[in-house]
Amino acid sequence: MAVRRLEAAALDALFGALRRRGYTLVGPTLHDGAIVYDELDGADQLPIGWTEVQDAGHYRVVRRDDDARFGYTVGPYAWKRYLHPPALRLWRAERDAEGGFELLDDAHEVPRYAFVGVRPCDVAAIAIQDRVFMGGAHVDHDYQARRAGAFIVAVNCTEPGGTCFCASMDTGPKARAGYDLLLTEIVEPGRNGQRAEPVYLLEVGSERGEELLSELGGRPARDDEVAEGERRLAEAADKMGRTLDTHGLADALRRSLDNSRWDEPAARCLACGNCTLACPTCFCNTVEDTTDLTGAFAERTRRWDSCFTHDLSYIHGGPVRVSLKSRYRQWATHKLGTWMEQFGTSGCVGCGRCITWCPAAIDLTEEVAAIAASAQARATRRQARVAPSPETGKGVGDAATTR
Amino acid sequence: MAPLVSAVSRTADPFVRTGKRPTLAVWKFASCDGCQLTLLDCEDELLAVAGQVDVAYFLEASSATVEGPYDVSLVEGSITTAHDAKRIREIREMSGKLVTIGACATAGGIQALRNFAGPDGGPDVSAYAAAVYAHPEILDTLPTSTPISEHVFVDFELRGCPIDKHQLLEVVSATLAGRKPQIPNYSLCLECKRSGAVCVMVAHGQPCLGPATQAGCGAICPNFSRGCYGCFGPHEGPNMPALGDRFAELGVDADGWLRALRTYNAYAGPFRKEADHVERTRS
Amino acid sequence: MLQPPADRPFAPPPAVAAPDLDPMRTVPFRVAGLHVDNEDTFTLELTPPAGHELAPFKPGQFNMLYVFGVGEVPISISGDPDRPGVLVHTTREVGAVTQAMRGLRIGDAIGVRGPFGSSWPVEAAEGRDVVLIAGGIGLPPLRPALYHVLARRERYGRVMLLYGARTPEDMMFPDELAKWRAMFDLEVHVTVDRATGNWRGNVGVVTPLVKRAPIDPRRTVAMICGPEIMIRFACQELARRGVSPQDTYVSLERNMKCAVGLCGHCQVGGHLVCRDGPVFSYDQVERLLDQGEV
Repeated sequence: MAVRRLEAAALDALFGALRRRGYTLVGPTLHDGAIVYDELDGADQLPIGWTEVQDAGHYRVVRRDDDARFGYTVGPYAWKRYLHPPALRLWRAERDAEGGFELLDDAHEVPRYAFVGVRPCDVAAIAIQDRVFMGGAHVDHDYQARRAGAFIVAVNCTEPGGTCFCASMDTGPKARAGYDLLLTEIVEPGRNGQRAEPVYLLEVGSERGEELLSELGGRPARDDEVAEGERRLAEAADKMGRTLDTHGLADALRRSLDNSRWDEPAARCLACGNCTLACPTCFCNTVEDTTDLTGAFAERTRRWDSCFTHDLSYIHGGPVRVSLKSRYRQWATHKLGTWMEQFGTSGCVGCGRCITWCPAAIDLTEEVAAIAASAQARATRRQARVAPSPETGKGVGDAATTR
Repeated sequence: MAPLVSAVSRTADPFVRTGKRPTLAVWKFASCDGCQLTLLDCEDELLAVAGQVDVAYFLEASSATVEGPYDVSLVEGSITTAHDAKRIREIREMSGKLVTIGACATAGGIQALRNFAGPDGGPDVSAYAAAVYAHPEILDTLPTSTPISEHVFVDFELRGCPIDKHQLLEVVSATLAGRKPQIPNYSLCLECKRSGAVCVMVAHGQPCLGPATQAGCGAICPNFSRGCYGCFGPHEGPNMPALGDRFAELGVDADGWLRALRTYNAYAGPFRKEADHVERTRS
Repeated sequence: MLQPPADRPFAPPPAVAAPDLDPMRTVPFRVAGLHVDNEDTFTLELTPPAGHELAPFKPGQFNMLYVFGVGEVPISISGDPDRPGVLVHTTREVGAVTQAMRGLRIGDAIGVRGPFGSSWPVEAAEGRDVVLIAGGIGLPPLRPALYHVLARRERYGRVMLLYGARTPEDMMFPDELAKWRAMFDLEVHVTVDRATGNWRGNVGVVTPLVKRAPIDPRRTVAMICGPEIMIRFACQELARRGVSPQDTYVSLERNMKCAVGLCGHCQVGGHLVCRDGPVFSYDQVERLLDQGEV
């Protein structure tokens, strides 16, 4: 499918076309000093001319000198809020007179969302949650229904943020798959007090996306326009605020459970769980069984949970992961290591939310790099110890018992 | 193999099974009555509560009382007099389940500030008494304000200043059904993030006790762009020194950090310990 | 110019979450029997509602059992996999849910989801010696494996049960234990942490039994269930005797909420215990168990 070029006004057409198809539109908008995702009525509610500054434990919105609609990266919340809601009633049941009970709820309708402005990292995150909730023998039915109904308008990133490292995780700054429509925003800096209007390159990723095309206007993009988009994306890949060397990382983490370097993040970690709830892939949830006052009705509610709570690993007698160190280690090793064994993919997309929204300003890329470096140093020392000594021809240490 | 038997009625049987309406008593100690008011504030649910339990003793609601024993006692307030210390033991004696409600009952309340008012950081009520009362000499009070759990065994502690009405209904429902109340002990941040609020600490640079505070209020303050005041007390495992460091980075000096720690839950373990540490290292 | 043709009939049906196959929905079974095994353990026999066929289970698998209004917990199946129509669970009272479970009466409903998880390698063990090692409440999850093996006794070499309990009174299934001890082709060795009454048998933990048992390491498949500390020591002792970690199987216990790999509670390193376990070969989990707090 050829790339098309759209004017900024085409966003209004896009919103209209999606609304006419019955979608509830969700996209970025300015709220309480942050760019959050919310239900939108029109494209004029996008954060036009806004961007943000992000660093560890730090986020501020600031004005741009142009009228970019997507001139920022990702905010405090991921799209999982809409696909895997923070709280969901799973069923309700009623007690009967014979000591029995019956489940009451039947099929429930879920909203059909069109997500506008999904960044490549978040497109990848949705694909990861797809594997978690739909890739195994048992499928999360609510997620499946929400996911099947969702229309995704992705937007490539030409201006990475301060905590972004999607290039390291190979999920961006250009989305490769998993969208219905894909936009690249091209905006020139304002000149002489004139704020420039952006234009868009549009790519189609699905039949559903293609079906909308005729309503969006625009024209086929010229080769030089396509090349300009590619150039900006290539440049963006080199401008990431953070980087993470993933080479051999899962393995290094596997070998580093007893590494004392975990003490450092543990000393600063507040056990607040913000990283896990801001993360676009973290999926841990709990179920709560409750009753009403009469005891005649019971219900089960699913809620977002976090590996930083004691309850998550609680078995009679107490939690398995008591120390803060073990809980931070669980989070980091799961995200970047054992996730692979569980779901065949990394759990990290490099969106940087866990870094920005950590109130203690702990930087995952920094901590994990230090652990990996320490593991590497250990491996080197071990190798030196077991190298054959010239006298005996045998190693002086036993690699198998050196942990 | 043991013969088949049908289970006999057990003491652990939930009240809903026995068909008998359990009796409920509500007790007040040193407090502002705000937590009892929360029970009255249940309005819509109050009829349902009244239908399920026999409210036998609740002076805030009715002067008509029934003598104990009571199946469930809700206790508001802290112990600040010798008479109250004796009275709570009597209440414990005649209560099946004893549930403490609110920061006063679970942590000593704002009045526990006296526990650190002495020149050595120990208990001293005289300065407060002199500041508040025209004739402090007629006061008969203990030098400390202490939570109920320092005096008698408590079956369940419900936090908050004041308590949250949904949590109160959950504790009553759970007690009637014989299950564990779904009252989380984790940090307020989980609740805050679930609610969709923007983190005031990260996005506004505001100091917030949320990362050290137990969930339960629904993250009211952050949802109004204010930092958390810690009304629900410390969560299951707060890292107080680390939060103190973050407060300092946000421009809060030692006095400010001390003030943040010493409010309604000043006497609660982790808050108290951190405040003690700040005072010791400052002088 | 951007208006769609007025007659565009595009209105896909609303997305619907169908409940019929939802793994989180519990099925109300009925309590058909309740045996009090000893002071704090009991066995429930459950039958499915009319029209609901009881799914077959493999030894070592578990169900999520729900007591109305109280909550849900994972509990291993302790019954005979060859006996259709009834579901048997044995457990200990350790919390509100199991306490409420013990308070159930015959005819009462109890929610069941399952069976879930991996199983003891009873088929792979054919032609080999089978050593079952149980500690305390670890015997019920192993009982289906023993039933399976005894029903096909000729397919196995030596079969041995090593069992440790806190006291003689805490022993699970005493009548059955007596029956098993009387069988000529099943070796049963029991021990108690603390002797009471007229106990004349072994005193101490299970590990010394493992040390003394007549095990041929090359022929042995071991299956172990009990407290994690007991599992570790028993596995280490088996390894010292030369039984390979690949031939040593353990059943792990972790917090579970969904039982179908969707909630994250039961992670142990790269494993989800509900999905990849509860039965693991020891080489899969040795490093993780040794580390602690994983």
